[in-house]
Amino acid sequence: MDTLITLTDMGLYCPQGDFYIDPWSSVPRAVVTHAHADHLAWGCQNYLVSKQGEHVFRARLGWQASLQLLPYGQTVGLNGVQVSLHPAGHILGSAQIRVEYQGEVWVITGDYKTEPDTTCMPFELVRCHTFVTESTFGLPIYRWQPQRETFDEINQWWRINQREKKASILFGYALGKAQRLLAGVDSSIGEIFTHGAVERINASYRESEVLLPPTEYVSRAAERKPDWSQSLIVAPPSARGTSWLRRFGDHSTAFASGWMAIRGARRRRAVDRGFVLSDHVDWDNLLRVINETGAERVWVTHGYTAVVVRWLIDHGIDAHIVPTRFEGERDDSADNQENDEEN
Amino acid sequence: MWKHLSEKRRKTYAFDPKVEPMRRFAELYAELDNTTKTNAKVDALARYFAEANAADSAWALYFLSGRRVKQLINARKLHTWALEATGIDEWLFGECYDAVGDIAETISLLLPRATRQSDLSLTGWVETRLMPIRTLDESAQRLIMLGAWEELDGTERFVWNKLITGGFRVGVSQLLITRALAQASGVDKETVAHRLMGAWQPTADYWAQLIALETSSSDVSRPYPFFLAYPTERAALDALGEAGDWQAEWKWDGIRAQLIRREGQSYLWSRGEELITERFPEIIEMSAALADGTVIDGEILPWKDGLVMPFAQLQRRIGRKTLSKKILSDVPVIFLSYDVLEWGGHDIREQPLSERRVILTHIMAVTNNPVLGLSPLVEGASWDELAAQRERGRERNVEGLMLKRKTSPYRVGRQRGDWWKWKVNPLTIDAVLIYAQRGSGKRASLYTDYTFGVWNETGELVSFAKAYSGLTDDEIRQVDSYIRRNTLEKFGPVRTVKAELVFELAFEGIQRSTRHKSGIAVRFPRILRWRTDKVIQDADTLETIRALLPPE
Repeated sequence: MDTLITLTDMGLYCPQGDFYIDPWSSVPRAVVTHAHADHLAWGCQNYLVSKQGEHVFRARLGWQASLQLLPYGQTVGLNGVQVSLHPAGHILGSAQIRVEYQGEVWVITGDYKTEPDTTCMPFELVRCHTFVTESTFGLPIYRWQPQRETFDEINQWWRINQREKKASILFGYALGKAQRLLAGVDSSIGEIFTHGAVERINASYRESEVLLPPTEYVSRAAERKPDWSQSLIVAPPSARGTSWLRRFGDHSTAFASGWMAIRGARRRRAVDRGFVLSDHVDWDNLLRVINETGAERVWVTHGYTAVVVRWLIDHGIDAHIVPTRFEGERDDSADNQENDEEN
Repeated sequence: MWKHLSEKRRKTYAFDPKVEPMRRFAELYAELDNTTKTNAKVDALARYFAEANAADSAWALYFLSGRRVKQLINARKLHTWALEATGIDEWLFGECYDAVGDIAETISLLLPRATRQSDLSLTGWVETRLMPIRTLDESAQRLIMLGAWEELDGTERFVWNKLITGGFRVGVSQLLITRALAQASGVDKETVAHRLMGAWQPTADYWAQLIALETSSSDVSRPYPFFLAYPTERAALDALGEAGDWQAEWKWDGIRAQLIRREGQSYLWSRGEELITERFPEIIEMSAALADGTVIDGEILPWKDGLVMPFAQLQRRIGRKTLSKKILSDVPVIFLSYDVLEWGGHDIREQPLSERRVILTHIMAVTNNPVLGLSPLVEGASWDELAAQRERGRERNVEGLMLKRKTSPYRVGRQRGDWWKWKVNPLTIDAVLIYAQRGSGKRASLYTDYTFGVWNETGELVSFAKAYSGLTDDEIRQVDSYIRRNTLEKFGPVRTVKAELVFELAFEGIQRSTRHKSGIAVRFPRILRWRTDKVIQDADTLETIRALLPPE
C-alpha cells in the first residue's frame, strides 16, 4: 500500500517520517497512543508520547526509557511529517495521533471514549482524510448509559453492602478504569482501600494532578484493622477468586466493564454484580465520530472490525479492516475479557 | 443442620403487600441472576414475597419454579418485529445475536430506551397482555409487543421477552424457593414443599393457602415431594457403618413417579411434577385395586417377559400423543414400587423405611397384579459383597445400586445422609472434537457444545456423541480459543474444527441409532477429561464401540 501510513508486520508505519504507531515489538522510533500493554511495546529506542501521560508511561517503562513528551495540540516535525497528539479520553495521557504530510491528514485513535470524565482530558474530534479507529465495542448492542447512572448503581450497591455488613470489592483494570471508578464514586459513603497494583497507578495519576479521593493500600491499612464491611476496595480483576480476598470477611464482588452489558459475560465472571462502565467508544458514538471527522477512508482495527467495515461500506464509506497483532476473533472470546489491561 | 440454619436465618417480615410494578419482579430476577450465593438468593426471594401482593407473589412463584406459559409468540414473528422496532439490518441483528447468544436479550439490548414507564403490576402484564395474546390476530399481537417494548426498560424487557417466548429460566432450585417461602411466611419448610407440589393455579387464593399457618388443603391429586439420593462410591461406604443397617436395591433406569389413589381417583406424577396419568393406561387400570388414601413411590419401567427393556424403548412411548395398540403391546410397562408414603389416608413418611417396606409388601400381596411390581432387595452381608453385586449391574440393565438406611424417614428433596446412589462405573472411550457450537446462558458466546467423532472402517472420523459438561472454566477457555483459531468451515452456528483435540468421554449406555452418522447413540455422554497426552490416532474406533452394544 503506497500510503502515508502502511501496515507492516510490526504494526502501523509511516515510511516518510520513519516512525511506527503503537508498534507490536521494539522499533527505533515509536509514537504511542497510550500506556496499555497491547499498545505499548517494550524496548523501543525512542517513544513519542503525550506530556499529560508522562507519569503513567514512566510507571510502565521505567526511568531508562527515552521519552519524548509532546503536549496535546503541539506539533513536531519528523522528517517533514507533522505529528501532533490530541486527547482520546480513554485513560490519562491517551492520545489520538494526527499525522500530516503535504496536506494529507491521518488520525489514528488508539482506544478512545467520547463521554468526558475527570481523570483525563476529554476526547477531541479531529478532522482528517483517513481515520484509523478502534472498534472494541463495535456492535449496536453496546450503547452506554450515562456514567452518572452507573455510578448511582455502584453507590447504591456499596450502601446496601454496608447495611448488610459486607465489604464492597470492586474489580476494574488497574490502569485507567480503577482511577475512573475512584473519581466517580461517592467517597462520602465510606473509606476506600486499594490493591497494590491500583495504588501504584494512583500515585502516577496524583503526580499528574488528577483529583482522586483519599485511598489507602490494603496491606498497609491492615495493621490498624479497619472495618472492611463499611469500605470500598478497588482491585484489578486478577485478584478475583484469590486468597487475597479472604481478609475482608463477608463481602460482595462487582466488576466494572463494558462487557458487563451482556448477561453471559456477567455470569461467566461469577461476581455478584456487573456494572456497565467502559473506557471505549460505544456503537452510536463510533458512527457519529466517524461521520464528524469527515474522513473519506476509514481503517478499522481492534475489535468488531468486520461488522463495522460492512456497516460503513453499506453506507457508502470506503472502509478496510486493519488486523491487530493478535490473531483470530479475540473480540468476545474469554481470553480477551480475562485480560487485565485491554479494556 | 437445616433446622439450626433456618432458625438462625429466619427473619421477621412485616407483610406489607402492595401492588408493585413489573419492575420489582425484574429486579428480583436480576438479583437472582447476578449472584451465585444461595443465601443471597433466598433473602432476595423472601424480600419479594414479603413485599408483593398475593397475586403477584403467586405469578412470581409460578415462573420462578420453572412453570411456564406455552410459547405465545414464535421466534420468526419476534425477529420480524424486532427488526422493525430497532430499525437495524438483518445481517447486523445476526452479528449481535451471535455475540449475545440469546434472542430475548439481543432484542432488549438493541431496542432504544423506553419512552414511557409502566406501573402495571406483574399480574397486570401477565393477565391483561401476555395471556390474551394467544387469541389475537397477528396485527394485534404486534401492537402489544411493540407497546411493551416502548414501556419496559432493561431487565423488564428481557424478562418480558423470556416470558412471551416461554423461555423464562432463572437459577433458583425448588429447594431455595421453599426455603425463601418458609423464611417469609413462617410455615415450616416441609409443609411448604408439599403445598408446592402438583398442579396449582397462580392465584391469590392459592397463595393465601400456601402461606397459611394452618393446613386446609384438600387437593386430592397433590403428590409428596420426592426424596432424592446423592451419589456415593466404594471408598465412602465404610463411613456409613454396617452394610446390614442398609437396604440395597437396584437403581432402575425408567421414569421415577408417584402413584396416587385417593377418593376413587388415580394420579400418576413424574419427578418433574408432570401429571402423566394418561400416558400409562395399564398402570391406571391396575391402580383401581389400590385402597383409597394410598401413595406409592416407584419407577415406570418398560418390561417384557419378566425383564426390563432398555430406556430407549420407553422413550418411544413418551413422545406420543396417542398410544396405539401396537405400541402398548410392543412396550408394556410396569410400576415398580420403591416406597409407600401414604397409607389409609395417613402421611407415613416419618415412619422408618423398614416399617414402610412391610406395608409396601402387604400392598403388593393384596393387589396381586403383575403391573404393580416390588423393587427387589439386593442381598449382601458386607459392602464388598454388595460391590460384587453392583459389578453385575450392567448385565441386568440397571444403573447401579441404591442404598437406603433402614431407619430413614422419607425426606424432602435431595439430601445427604440416608439415601445414596452408587452407580455402575461408566463406559469410557477416547474421541476427537470435530464440531463446536456456542453455549447458552452463562456460556453464551463461548464455544462449549461439542460433537465428537471416532474412526470408522475407512479411516474417517464420524460423529457419535454430543457433550459439553465436565471441563473446568480454564479448559473451556482454552478449547474455545483453539476452536476460534482452527475453524475449517461454518454452517450456521456450527463450526467444523480441525481434528486435533482428544477427550475421554463417559456414558451410561449405548444403543443403535439412525440419528448419528455412526449408527449408535449413547446415554448421558459427558467429558471426563481432556486427553492432552493423546493424538487423534489414539482415539477409539467405531468397531470397539460397537462391541459394547447389547445383542440385537
